[in-house]
Amino acid sequence: MNCSRRDFIKNTFKTTLASALPLSAFKMLSPAEVKAYTGDSSIRWVFLVDTQKCVGCGLCVKACKHENEIPYAPPITRTWVERYVLMKNGQAHIESPYGGRDGYTDTKIRENEIPPEQIAKGFFVPKLCNQCKKPACVQVCPVGATYQTLDGVVLVDRKWCIGCGYCIMACPYGMRFFHPIHRVAEKCTFCYHRIKQGMKTACVQNCPFGARRIGNLKDPNDPVTKVIMTERVSVLKDEYGTKPQVYYIGLDTNVR
Amino acid sequence: MAVEHIVAQGAEHLVVHGLEWTSKELFTYPNEFIYWSIQIVMYPYMTGLVAGAFVLSSLYHVFGQQDLKTIARFSLVFSLALLPVAMMPLQFHLQQPLRGMNVMFTPHFTSAIAAFGIVFSTYAVIVLSEIWFVYRTFFVDQVQILKGKQGAVDRFKYYLYMLLSLGAFDLSDKAIALDKKAVKILAGIGIPVACFLHGYAGFIFGSVKANALWMSPLMPVIFIMSAVVSGIALCMLTYILIMEFKKWSAIIAKGKGDESVLVIAGAELDVITKTSRYLLGFLVAAISLELLDLIFRGYTAMKSWDILRSVMYGKDFINIFVLQYTLGNLVPFIMLLIPGVTIRRTFFALILVLFGVFMMRWNVVIGGQAFSLSFAGYMHYHMPIIPHNMETYKEGLFGALTVLATPFALLWIINKVTPALEHK
Amino acid sequence: MKNHVLRPLWVVLAGIALLLIVRHFIVPRDFGVEEGGNFTYNYHRLSSKDDWKNFKVKYRGREYCQECHEENAASILDSPHEIIECENCHGPAVDHPDNPETLAIDTSRAQCLRCHAYLPYPTSQRSELPGINPHDHNPGENCVDCHNPHNPDLETM
Repeated sequence: MNCSRRDFIKNTFKTTLASALPLSAFKMLSPAEVKAYTGDSSIRWVFLVDTQKCVGCGLCVKACKHENEIPYAPPITRTWVERYVLMKNGQAHIESPYGGRDGYTDTKIRENEIPPEQIAKGFFVPKLCNQCKKPACVQVCPVGATYQTLDGVVLVDRKWCIGCGYCIMACPYGMRFFHPIHRVAEKCTFCYHRIKQGMKTACVQNCPFGARRIGNLKDPNDPVTKVIMTERVSVLKDEYGTKPQVYYIGLDTNVR
Repeated sequence: MAVEHIVAQGAEHLVVHGLEWTSKELFTYPNEFIYWSIQIVMYPYMTGLVAGAFVLSSLYHVFGQQDLKTIARFSLVFSLALLPVAMMPLQFHLQQPLRGMNVMFTPHFTSAIAAFGIVFSTYAVIVLSEIWFVYRTFFVDQVQILKGKQGAVDRFKYYLYMLLSLGAFDLSDKAIALDKKAVKILAGIGIPVACFLHGYAGFIFGSVKANALWMSPLMPVIFIMSAVVSGIALCMLTYILIMEFKKWSAIIAKGKGDESVLVIAGAELDVITKTSRYLLGFLVAAISLELLDLIFRGYTAMKSWDILRSVMYGKDFINIFVLQYTLGNLVPFIMLLIPGVTIRRTFFALILVLFGVFMMRWNVVIGGQAFSLSFAGYMHYHMPIIPHNMETYKEGLFGALTVLATPFALLWIINKVTPALEHK
Repeated sequence: MKNHVLRPLWVVLAGIALLLIVRHFIVPRDFGVEEGGNFTYNYHRLSSKDDWKNFKVKYRGREYCQECHEENAASILDSPHEIIECENCHGPAVDHPDNPETLAIDTSRAQCLRCHAYLPYPTSQRSELPGINPHDHNPGENCVDCHNPHNPDLETM
């Protein structure tokens, strides 16, 4: 890969410009801004979640745990689905027991009866690693055991991680945990082993409703990229400056 | 029901870090637990004691504070005894303790922990060199005394002191003057390094932007101040204990008819009152900064303030305002300020000061994880008391006690080789 | 005996040398920053990426199942359940039929309720799915006793 000084200065300028733009929470990103995010490699994996389509079946969580060998019984999980039930009086009921692994099959939330006529809105929000452009978790790893690949996925080196937990503390999204068997930091990899051979991630493949999609932000013809570029999308917790790369359709201000 | 059953089954053979001692309330993310528990409370506490002990000894060596002379030598040796103990909690905490050296092999310097290995080693080297210069004359003397003596123990001691002297046997006035100068220079370099070491333990917390309680530029300064407070307090406390013990054992020996024993004065009130002045100064600085931080958070009332307030003024009220500020700061402050200080009163005040600094560490480390990143739920830490596996030992009460006991064991060993407590 | 002051320094230097030698043997050769990466986000053992690339795929997708089970795939594709992946109920194929030889099918009531327990949520597609109240609708029975998952409408069974 050749990188002339001119290119370098240009890119630096572009990146500086992009990062200097004030990005308030849930702000729409213009196509130019999204473009400014892109560097020069040909792939940048991004994710698109449509919260309108999610029905809270939890099949994605189940598939993820099996695919990625995450022990099924304990509550730790690489991806999860949250349930939000917002009442007419402003009260919010939020939960994600076992990451929604078994789906949401009851109207009760934490043993509370929720009277249907008082519900203002109810919806589900799938969460997974945001594969941030500026991952705080990678910045704080003392040994270089977690890193961002050039196509934008943050991975953990299971053979080098010392298990200090600093990355777990640094992630504003609470994505990371210790793998109970490998005893190192664990996180969503966007199913790196699958996307590298042209497959979809396990959660995307097993979502019956198309609520989850993965794409390449650097391919203008990618359907996911088209949505991100032309529709109103937002990201979670923009205020931490990590530049998350999981885009959401239909987020609500109550989403944490 | 079915879910609970599966979990119980899984818990038998899987250790999910944090699951055992965390209880959750309202909405928390599924992976959130108290990942940093008692050992991470111990880590800045012990590091603080090291830094504080060293700063105390340097006050004499560098600034010539004659009032600290008696305690300076002792606190230097004590800071050596504390050195390995600052690393211990980290080793206990690591999920892969055998890979701990990776921090030295491939330091990723954008991480606050990465530089720790290097700063810590630098500091260790400074302390060791300073002690070497202080005790070199003693080592050489020992070599001279033991030369030609027979017996396994004496031979061993002889070679040990040979090794410790590093082959530098020159005891001329000029050489000894050089030693003194080196001690002064090292102590001078040591102060900023000790402060840096500890301030930067504060940086490890203060720079975590995901944690609403930790993220504050004041964190490193607060940590330095309370570190010095706890270091001085521990040195004074140990000094009092040892001197009193010596006094009483001498008195008892005399009572048994051993007339050759000289009765020792015990801890000198003069030394104690003078040292406690420094302690009070640093204590005031520490409390002011902590209160500034608290007031600022409340006044600016950012997004996180609602949950922070509910933790500080609600769930952790006893820990923060009763145990830390009142019992750990205010009470000893008054005890030390009231005229007519006695050794006994100082003794109890010092214990309270040490407790207060410990509670401050606890409230930062555990308190910082008492609320969910979602700002919509809480987590509670239940420290494992009786261990039933390695995890609950290491990250439980007994692991912490092991760490606490180690410096005293080390001090006992070091005192055999480099007597810090010989009464002249 | 002239410069005894520097003795500790030599010891320190020897220590550093020892550390560097050990480091040389322990740190993997390929530890570093990829071309185009930067130290902050890309400092790692380069072959670690290959470890992840070689991770075992378990969910093979409908196309894989279709190769042998053409009829079953056709039947579900002809039903409202066409959006459901085979492996959601039949379990991950991994290397089936070699390993495992047979797949355990999830025919539990809980599996169906994931979508078909009615939840009255405006703004969510969940309330638009055909749903039942699990406490009233034949509680305790297995759904598959009456409904064929590959052709779930009772009218057309």
